[in-house]
Amino acid sequence: MTISTRPVHQEDTVPYDEALSRYEPVMGLEVHVELNTATKMFCGCAATFGAEPNTQTCPVCLGLPGALPVVNATAVESAIRIGLALNCTIAEWCRFARKNYFYPDMPKNFQTSQYDEPIAFDGWIDVEVPANEAGEPPFTFRVEVERAHMEEDTGKSTHVGGSTGRIHGADYSVVDYNRAGIPLIEIVTKPMLGAGDRAPEVAKAYVSTLRDLLRALDVSDVRMEQGSMRCDANVSLMPVGAEVLGTRTETKNVNSLRSVERAIRYEITRHAAILDAGEKIFQETRHWHEDTGITTAGRPKSDADDYRYFPEPDLVPVAPSREDVERLRGTLPENPAERRRRLQAAWGYTDLEMRDVVNAGAVEVIQDTVASGASPAAARKWWTGDLARRANAQGVAVTDLGVTPAHVAELDGLVTGGRLNDSMARQVLEGVVAGEGGPAEVADARGLELVQDDGALQAAVEKVLAANPDVAEKVRGGKVQAAGALIGQVMKEMRGQADAARARELILATLGVDA
Amino acid sequence: MTDATTGSGTSPRDLTRLTAVRMADGLAAGEFTSVELTQAHLDRIERLNPALNAFLLVDADGALAAARAVDEARTAGEELPRLAGVPVAVKDIACTQGLTTTAGSRMLEHFVPPYDATIVTRLRDARMPILGKTNMDEFAMGSSTEHSAFGPTRNPWDLERIPGGSGGGSSAAVAAFLAPLAIGSDTGGSIRQPAAVTGTVGTKPTYGGVSRYGVIALASSLDQIGPCARTVVDAALLHEVLAGHDPLDSTSIDAPVPPVVAAATGTRDLTGLRVGVVKEISGKGFQPGVLTRFQEALDHLRALGAEIVEVSCPHFVYAMAAYYLILPSEASSNLARYDAMRYGLRVAPDGSPSAEQVMATSRDAGFGDEVKRRIILGTYALSSGYYDAYYGQAQKVRTLIADDFRAAFEQADVLVSPTAPTTAFRIGDKMEDPMAMYLNDIATIPANLAGIPGMSIPSGLADEDGLPAGIQLLAPAMEDQRLYAVGAALEARLAQEQGGPVIDRLPEVPETAPEPGRHTAAGTTQEGTA
Repeated sequence: MTISTRPVHQEDTVPYDEALSRYEPVMGLEVHVELNTATKMFCGCAATFGAEPNTQTCPVCLGLPGALPVVNATAVESAIRIGLALNCTIAEWCRFARKNYFYPDMPKNFQTSQYDEPIAFDGWIDVEVPANEAGEPPFTFRVEVERAHMEEDTGKSTHVGGSTGRIHGADYSVVDYNRAGIPLIEIVTKPMLGAGDRAPEVAKAYVSTLRDLLRALDVSDVRMEQGSMRCDANVSLMPVGAEVLGTRTETKNVNSLRSVERAIRYEITRHAAILDAGEKIFQETRHWHEDTGITTAGRPKSDADDYRYFPEPDLVPVAPSREDVERLRGTLPENPAERRRRLQAAWGYTDLEMRDVVNAGAVEVIQDTVASGASPAAARKWWTGDLARRANAQGVAVTDLGVTPAHVAELDGLVTGGRLNDSMARQVLEGVVAGEGGPAEVADARGLELVQDDGALQAAVEKVLAANPDVAEKVRGGKVQAAGALIGQVMKEMRGQADAARARELILATLGVDA
Repeated sequence: MTDATTGSGTSPRDLTRLTAVRMADGLAAGEFTSVELTQAHLDRIERLNPALNAFLLVDADGALAAARAVDEARTAGEELPRLAGVPVAVKDIACTQGLTTTAGSRMLEHFVPPYDATIVTRLRDARMPILGKTNMDEFAMGSSTEHSAFGPTRNPWDLERIPGGSGGGSSAAVAAFLAPLAIGSDTGGSIRQPAAVTGTVGTKPTYGGVSRYGVIALASSLDQIGPCARTVVDAALLHEVLAGHDPLDSTSIDAPVPPVVAAATGTRDLTGLRVGVVKEISGKGFQPGVLTRFQEALDHLRALGAEIVEVSCPHFVYAMAAYYLILPSEASSNLARYDAMRYGLRVAPDGSPSAEQVMATSRDAGFGDEVKRRIILGTYALSSGYYDAYYGQAQKVRTLIADDFRAAFEQADVLVSPTAPTTAFRIGDKMEDPMAMYLNDIATIPANLAGIPGMSIPSGLADEDGLPAGIQLLAPAMEDQRLYAVGAALEARLAQEQGGPVIDRLPEVPETAPEPGRHTAAGTTQEGTA
């Protein structure tokens, strides 16, 4: 008899490659997006994130007796724009529906949502899956979108006491209704088949593409860590060659791009182990645990879950005119993937460089920096280099450092104009981040400027040569690379305020050596 | 009739006997003050409400403060709305900021809303002192006010009888001169049927004509708020105060308010008017005395110049069944919010119960049997596998009934029927038989299903019991003014022919209710019904 030291809820898995040799994974993703409207879906309360609990509430979003909803027109427009960007058909007429179930964070004990009449349906989006670490090539996968519908968010429950942070075992729970009634769009894919072993990567790429798209539409903050974009991942396996879909599980709480990939990967290996053992998958929700990298059982979920949907009688149907839909189509931004391809070509970046730029969230700022006069190479160097490191260290977005594209363009101008060298430029940037002013201002205040006068530089060169006759001799004898040590000393003499290239020229000229 | 000068003692006669129009004119002319008028009503409430139980809450301070403010404004020469200073009673289904609002339920016994319903705001804007909140069947489910958690309201015509429901409190208050005007809500007849059995006037406006914001929902697609009054023109004045578009109610109609006051004060000549008698709701199962008064009313309409035609609405036979699927379905969802989590009654079982257990225990303790019955019915009807057969089918019937009305209104300008099949029955008589109770609304329900306006005015007293009967008038959507034009003409003719308004024949209301006897005992035993 063997004694397992695993935690009790750790289930058997089989190695990923082995699982994929026998089963075809099928995924379905449900992404909830909180819209960035000023007010909630059905009332005039502010919809901002992070306010004192229960300060952004009113009779409507608290579900007080007698309160009635009124649809937020901006949210409907956002929903239509999302639907159009996902190549969906926009309903000519659709209704809200009540999804009835009891839960303390849901004030009315029904969620006003859409059921069989979504605002947008039957769309698709092409997802570019990058090359992976195993050396498999990039490819494009078309994700079919079943629907995008409007609904309201619930309040946010916090379970206090107990060890899991979940409702079971908690001593008590508190609810913040600020989130109740925030407009949500739920985007549901059709079953995603045929991605094989790349399925988890496809899922991650899909969510990432969706995030870029929603950001470009400016309809949501799409901050997964703040919950303004949330993903539920349905996974099932079917034996290779089979035609009938297997039983699925729905993994919740998948709140980063990396988790999307990991959670699906884990579920594939877990399902495979169960199926290998000849057992059946239990249809249920699963909870993803970021720290341990596993899922645990949630509540049973069957297709017979009965929410007693019926058309919301307190609201009138939404019937966007075709003129309005076309007007909104005219407001759609360029598709982010196409735009990236266009910019990469214009800027002359390699695939790897472009990926760094995208990962740093720096496409926009680089575009603005180039528009302000900097070279694409310099713009990339600053935004994905020094500034990205600083942002990373401070845990903020690169755009939140207080450095503008105009600042970076100005800084680049100072370098190419010969006023600053690279290390001086970095010091100037530090001053800009510290709020000391624009680059030129900081350079002036800190007295940072390359010495342009060859007289002072020549004096320094001669002083250094006199102090190092042996090194000077080596250089004279043809060992040009030895000049490096001399340049360093000259720069030190000049307190860094010299152009190193000019110093090298003068050293070689003084020693009578050809460059 | 009483001529007592109770209370302030300053009024030369009982001001409560006046019509709302006369009250408004008297206030405008300086014959009396709003404080005097309001105090007269408060005095009468104090004297008679213990027997009637029409009011669940009396806000004497609030009403008098509002009255005083009107009097001061009038003295200062301010321009005031027509009904400024005329007091009003509000059914306890409308939220009143700072005033307990119970909907007749134990669940909300101590619920004090932090906001006013739109119609309450409109009453305040009209400068009408609010006397208090009137009794009703719990969450407006009932036709007798016996389903109130706070005891039945008694009919001022006979304290052993019901005042109709669900708005029995409002109609009893108006009939007993405790208030000249009151607010009701009508989901299947809750304004019209109480009006009929108390000898008063009540209107259910076109669906969407009056805001529902802040009015506790029973069935969202059927509920409509309207006026209760003693005369047609009084009802029209209150109707115009309440009506009009409200951006807070998505189902509220954004169109001009039908000119109901003009219609109620216009010509009494009905020449050329086509009046349709709806065959399906004007005979079978109706009390003979009710039918006799109805037939006479038709003669009077003819005498006024109208042409009487018979129309058929073949799908009305399914109206009751459809109504008792749609209403419980919507109600089961609307009443889900009463879960003890944020407000309302909370009853926790012993130990350390889960939220779910607290919800269940509280709902068990807070809701009465009729409410539970309808929640269960609605939950069942909406369940997957049953939805199409029940809720879905009922919605189809609804469309057919609307089609019936459309066809009928091609043959007639207004439709008529007796409002309720019987006069007021005895308290307790129908508590054991929900189906018999539901049948009270057989003639009123179709209007709610179709969203059209309806009105009940007194047709006289039934010969066999001397109790009031009502005639119902129906008009196409947003043609509410037709009800008032026909109602006012018929009202005047009936008064002329019957020797005065029906309400003038109201006997003196006793100050004490009869001891609970054979009939009333059942009224307090709300358990165990099928």
